[in-house]
Amino acid sequence: MTCLAPAPHLPGVNAASAVLRVAGVAKTFTLHLRDGLQLPVVADADLWVAAGECVALGGPSGAGKSSLLKMVYGNYRVDRGQILLQAGAQVVDIARATPRQILALRRARIGYVSQFLRVIPRISALDVVAEPLRDEGVPAEAASQRARALLARLNLPERLWSLPPATFSGGEQQRVNIARGFIASRDLLLLDEPTASLDASNAAAVIDLIRAKKAEGTAVLGIFHDAAVRDQVADRIVDVTRFGASA
Amino acid sequence: MSPRAPLPLDLDTPLLVAHRLTKHYGARIGCEDVDLEVFPGEVLAVVGESGSGKSTLLALLASELQPSAGRVCYRQDGRLQDLADLGEAERRRLLRTQWGFVRQNPEQGLRMAVSAGGNVGERLMAVGERNYGTIRREALTWLERVEIAADRIDDDPRAFSGGMRQRLQIARNLVTHPRLVFMDEPTGGLDVSVQARLLDLIRSLVSDLGAAVILVTHDLAVARLLSHRIMVMRRGRVIETGLTDQVLDDPQQPYTQLLVASVLAA
Repeated sequence: MTCLAPAPHLPGVNAASAVLRVAGVAKTFTLHLRDGLQLPVVADADLWVAAGECVALGGPSGAGKSSLLKMVYGNYRVDRGQILLQAGAQVVDIARATPRQILALRRARIGYVSQFLRVIPRISALDVVAEPLRDEGVPAEAASQRARALLARLNLPERLWSLPPATFSGGEQQRVNIARGFIASRDLLLLDEPTASLDASNAAAVIDLIRAKKAEGTAVLGIFHDAAVRDQVADRIVDVTRFGASA
Repeated sequence: MSPRAPLPLDLDTPLLVAHRLTKHYGARIGCEDVDLEVFPGEVLAVVGESGSGKSTLLALLASELQPSAGRVCYRQDGRLQDLADLGEAERRRLLRTQWGFVRQNPEQGLRMAVSAGGNVGERLMAVGERNYGTIRREALTWLERVEIAADRIDDDPRAFSGGMRQRLQIARNLVTHPRLVFMDEPTGGLDVSVQARLLDLIRSLVSDLGAAVILVTHDLAVARLLSHRIMVMRRGRVIETGLTDQVLDDPQQPYTQLLVASVLAA
């Protein structure tokens, strides 16, 4: 299943038609509070993800997998290289996009499920989940319906839906986070350990959701620490260690 | 696949533009060479320690202070106008109608001897509303939106808690559906639980109205929650600017790294 040289495996799919193309990306953290200590993350990252496929980032922790996802989401800056996203008829280089362009991409094109839910005071789980749809202009009632359906599918007890997730367990928060990430249709979905704190039956529900996204044509780039989960969703594994500064 | 294709996203035109804005207080620098653009519906946070020049900048942008150099332009009727070219009456009209200013100390932003309803209604009268019934009805709606009980409408804000006063100030400023709201440490000095409620209100009201906001705060968690973009100021200058989560999660400048490292969880 491991395949370091990405080869077209879906009919008619190749790097040129990819939704996402990461090319020659380098990133080093400079810690000014520690005498300018340099922490290299990646020196030359190259990968692509086509519509309808799931690419898993592989490699040990500390290899830069999460950082790469964050660069693609526009959350971390990039020192060098391009992160090209096919956005309709346009191609946007996320590495050079303005903040407003990145926000627009996040509203319409890129979804991201982080490892931890960022809790907002006083906002109910239902509203947290519905928000990406509301931002797209979907009416409140329709957005709420979709949010309910997703939370039910992820087995979040209904009594929690109207509560802010601050007091939820890690697994409950993660399911709210997943529902929020999956509710809207996006060209590219970034998943950072989406099943990390879930039991087997909830992990299975997430696997189904990922497969459904792929079937809709969403390009998925993810980190899956659980090999069983990864094998059920990923079409390819890209080993991040080969992007390393020493590579 | 051409990487340099232009985006349609930036065709939106800015609402407020500042160019090389500078203020000196004698030999001391208030702020220096600040360039910024704020777009409709966008929340821009200006962060920095006290004395960094952020409040001076806000006062310059709201034309409460005269710049030593540089200019501020505001878009009205489809064109950018230099605020320095506006007459005093026109500037006051802007402040009462299209702009709002939420101050850290609600006593400066409210009329303390006027009833809660009067504080909200006054802004409506400034935009030409004369019907008493309409004004009172709208005031009630807004008190409800900021979670002040309807039976407090005739009380004056001296009888209100700090958090209630701040919510009233927000209602007073937003009732006219301003296009641009200046906020100076709107949650400063409030208890954490009161802050959370206020932040949530500001967040939802601003997004419902689609107003642009320039928010001055020293609290990075407030900036994270409310803003789209962030500007970091130090010694009167803008030292770093960008997408809010990018600046907070991947700060580049030594001073920004220090700011981010100095808070518990932003």
